[in-house]
Amino acid sequence: SPQRDFHILFVPRRSLLCEQWLKEQGVLGSFIHREQYSLDLIPFDGDLLSMESESAFKECYLESDQTSLYHAAKGLMTLQALYGTIPQIFGKGDCARHVANMMIRMKREFPGSQNSIFPVFDTLLLLDRNVDLLTPLATQLTYEGLIDEIYGIQNTYVKLPPEKFAPKKQGEGGKDLPTEPKKLQLNSAEELYAEIRDKNFNAVGSVLSKKAKIISAAFEERHHAKTVGEIKQFVSQLPHMQAARSSLANHTSIAELIKDITTSEDFFDNLTVEQEFMSGIDTDKVNNYIEDCIAQKHPLIKILRLVCLQSVCNSGLKQKVLDHYKREILQTYGYEHILTLNNLEKAGLLKPQTSGRNNYPTIRKTLRLWMDDVNEQNPNDISYVYSGYAPLSVRLAQLLARPGWRSIEEVLKMLPGPHFEERQQLPTGLQKKRQHGENRVTLVFFLGGVTYAEIAALRFLSQMEDGGTEYIIATTKLINGTTWIKSLMEKLEPAPF
Amino acid sequence: MSRVRADEEEYWHSSKFRAFTFDDEDDELSQLKESKRAVNSLRDIVDDDDDDLERVSWSGEPVGSISWSIKETASGSTSSLDGRDSSLQKGSSSYAALPKQASSYSLSSLFKGRNKLSSFQSLSDALTDTGVKNYAPELRRPKAEYKDYSGDWSPKDTVRRMQRGKVCSLERFRSLQDKLVLLDEAVAGHDGNVITAVLIFLKRTLRREILFRELEVRQVALCHLIHFLRETGEQKFLLDLLRFLDRTEEVALSQYREHLNIQDVEKRREFLKGCIGLPFSAEDTSHIQDHYTLLERQIIIEANDRHLEMAGQSELFRKYPRKASILNMPLVTTLFYSCFYHYTEAEGMFSSPTNLKKTFKIPDKQYVLTALAARAKLRAWGDVDALLTTKNWLGYTKKKAPIGFHRVVEILQRNNAPVQVLQEYVRLVEDVETRLNLATKYKCHDVVIETYRDLKDRIQLTAYKGKVERGSAEEEKINSILSNTQIRWKN
Repeated sequence: SPQRDFHILFVPRRSLLCEQWLKEQGVLGSFIHREQYSLDLIPFDGDLLSMESESAFKECYLESDQTSLYHAAKGLMTLQALYGTIPQIFGKGDCARHVANMMIRMKREFPGSQNSIFPVFDTLLLLDRNVDLLTPLATQLTYEGLIDEIYGIQNTYVKLPPEKFAPKKQGEGGKDLPTEPKKLQLNSAEELYAEIRDKNFNAVGSVLSKKAKIISAAFEERHHAKTVGEIKQFVSQLPHMQAARSSLANHTSIAELIKDITTSEDFFDNLTVEQEFMSGIDTDKVNNYIEDCIAQKHPLIKILRLVCLQSVCNSGLKQKVLDHYKREILQTYGYEHILTLNNLEKAGLLKPQTSGRNNYPTIRKTLRLWMDDVNEQNPNDISYVYSGYAPLSVRLAQLLARPGWRSIEEVLKMLPGPHFEERQQLPTGLQKKRQHGENRVTLVFFLGGVTYAEIAALRFLSQMEDGGTEYIIATTKLINGTTWIKSLMEKLEPAPF
Repeated sequence: MSRVRADEEEYWHSSKFRAFTFDDEDDELSQLKESKRAVNSLRDIVDDDDDDLERVSWSGEPVGSISWSIKETASGSTSSLDGRDSSLQKGSSSYAALPKQASSYSLSSLFKGRNKLSSFQSLSDALTDTGVKNYAPELRRPKAEYKDYSGDWSPKDTVRRMQRGKVCSLERFRSLQDKLVLLDEAVAGHDGNVITAVLIFLKRTLRREILFRELEVRQVALCHLIHFLRETGEQKFLLDLLRFLDRTEEVALSQYREHLNIQDVEKRREFLKGCIGLPFSAEDTSHIQDHYTLLERQIIIEANDRHLEMAGQSELFRKYPRKASILNMPLVTTLFYSCFYHYTEAEGMFSSPTNLKKTFKIPDKQYVLTALAARAKLRAWGDVDALLTTKNWLGYTKKKAPIGFHRVVEILQRNNAPVQVLQEYVRLVEDVETRLNLATKYKCHDVVIETYRDLKDRIQLTAYKGKVERGSAEEEKINSILSNTQIRWKN
């Protein structure tokens, strides 16, 4: 029988733990090649990079294992090698401080890495996820955010129920309905998607109907084409028009699917409670809707998102309220969930109020996190992404650019972790002289995860006239409230080995 | 691998980096060490019969071959040198034994390679390989790279090598002092992989008490070890460590977690019993106690009910055969089961709902809701009524629901309660709008009619006539109300 060669390629990096295990199984030596294919930052779109490290938040905040931050720093060094040294580094949070320290040290240890690239980035902003624990818990209300919340976007792909995507052929009775879920790729290469992805969902309908009219009109042109030249021109544009039409059909179907959910009573009730908490109403009592959901045995993660949201908006729950929720959850879902509840407390998401003070109202008011007069169709503020709530993390980025963090010193002290500024020397001649009207470029690195709604909010800031800054986003993982809480839940099945 | 594979050479050369490492960071090493190393590497080549492992690495580790070495030499001499390399140039010239060429790469050559890059590869790794590499043309490269011969890498260098994925034997760090320096270097390097590797070594070669004592003052390493022990499931070691650190609550929770790995119910029960005395927080202690008690009861109930089912005598079990065992189910699920199959049992029986309510202090709200759902499923409307009826001290009965009658209606409707039953409770919904909505939705005509009459809304009442059957009692009722001259209609 032919000899087989075994090789092992670790992606994104080799793990000594794996090799240890293989060694214990007695097979480590059988591998001819044992290597790693290093993936640090993976580009997801023109302005988005992710490490896709699911366990980064849990490791950093629950287990105090900062290995993923080491790799984040390495990723940033790679980025600087390609796009030039970043002259200014701002940060908030313990992990941010650690990453900055590592970056500075790595630069010092390898002075040969001083390069002659003209810097693309003016600023790097490092943010700990635990500076803003609130945002991922709330339900996202942008088009892309809702797709992720409901169906889950994996590596820019989404799997959708196939019924609405069956091609309608004339005369057929709709037999042979597809059973495989419909898989679509979602990124800015698709014109229509780029236009609607970051809009509040309530503003998507009008864009789609406008597009429908434009495309219909374009197809109607065929009746007006009289000369050979005109016909030829029409035909040459046909592929583009067909692509546009198919894109429109897909997104109309997706929008319908989402609308079924967003118009449901349960979605409305859930959102109402979320918004009550975020605007500071009744965060100190046991909430009836949450109790009802537990009583009706709604999915546990939904319950956890709500109680954690209440806890964060109250700077921790009163002991009585916390004990009440815990008891109800354990009695309804099982006592083994003590372990998960313990994790959530450790992460700061669901904990007793220790200082007796609730800082959230001050933070909310100073940073204007709750905006009553939100305009979903033509937004003028980032709060449109949650129909009223401005993501705390993005507000911090916004205020850093203008007027600077000195104006919010007091509030910054209420948020966990140090805030700092570092400067990195640029060789003379590479110092950037900005042209009049040219925007600064800021790289915002979320350590612990970022949501699509936050990305939309940053893109909104980028395209604001006189905004002054364009943003590129990097993160350890693209998350939503459900995947995030799930990563903190204790695995309840016994290990496979 | 003694033969040169020409095509392989081509492949490796045509790809990205010319960067390679031979001996890394030799910057500070003395001539003597360099000589020693060169000699050692030669010895390896001569002694080596081992063909198996040809390693290639993405970060540009060289593949050994003569032609390759020569090519490297040639390229090395033409690439530009950074200023700081020139000092090493001097050092190299004193090497008489082996002809060699100072070689380095500049970042510009790095970026030449970069253009062919289709993905992010370890540029950062490549960046760390700066400095002059001294090397001798060899027949073959590998061993010097991968085997830690009689080397005397300092802890810092060892850590550096490990960070770049090179295999390093740590055995030569024998003294406690050396081991601790190695650990501290690993921690300072931040690479979790390396820290874990060093910890594995220390765990193997140090007495437990010493390891624990040293880790107590090294927080980062401690966290890594705990994480490692969790991942590998080394429960006993982990618990010993946590006990040493006096992290009692964590000990308790870690131990409790183990129950998930016990499939056999009896064993699990025993295990949970053992958990009760552990140092949990006060709140958690009561939950663990409840967990044990619940499982204990479930085992008894399950045994009895299985027996009943087999005997075939119970009509209830015949009509509604059990779909699953009650073991390991949450408390509320168990209560539902008990309300379903054992509703009328005396409080003394473990399987009775009232016993469960008392033992686990289930609040009224939850109890009523669960019992309601169970009795509704069995279409036992009398029981439903009794649940919602309270007698006050005068003997008058009153309907009360701790959960809101609209919820009661929902549950009943879900179980296809007949309209007459539903109507009773729709009538009791306090909020008028909700009452109307539900009544209309579920066709509780009497309630709609009565409500419109109470609201004195003539228009709506008249409109509703269209929704009832012609000639029905409801139509008559509407007509008689509409013709009632005593009512002061608002419209």
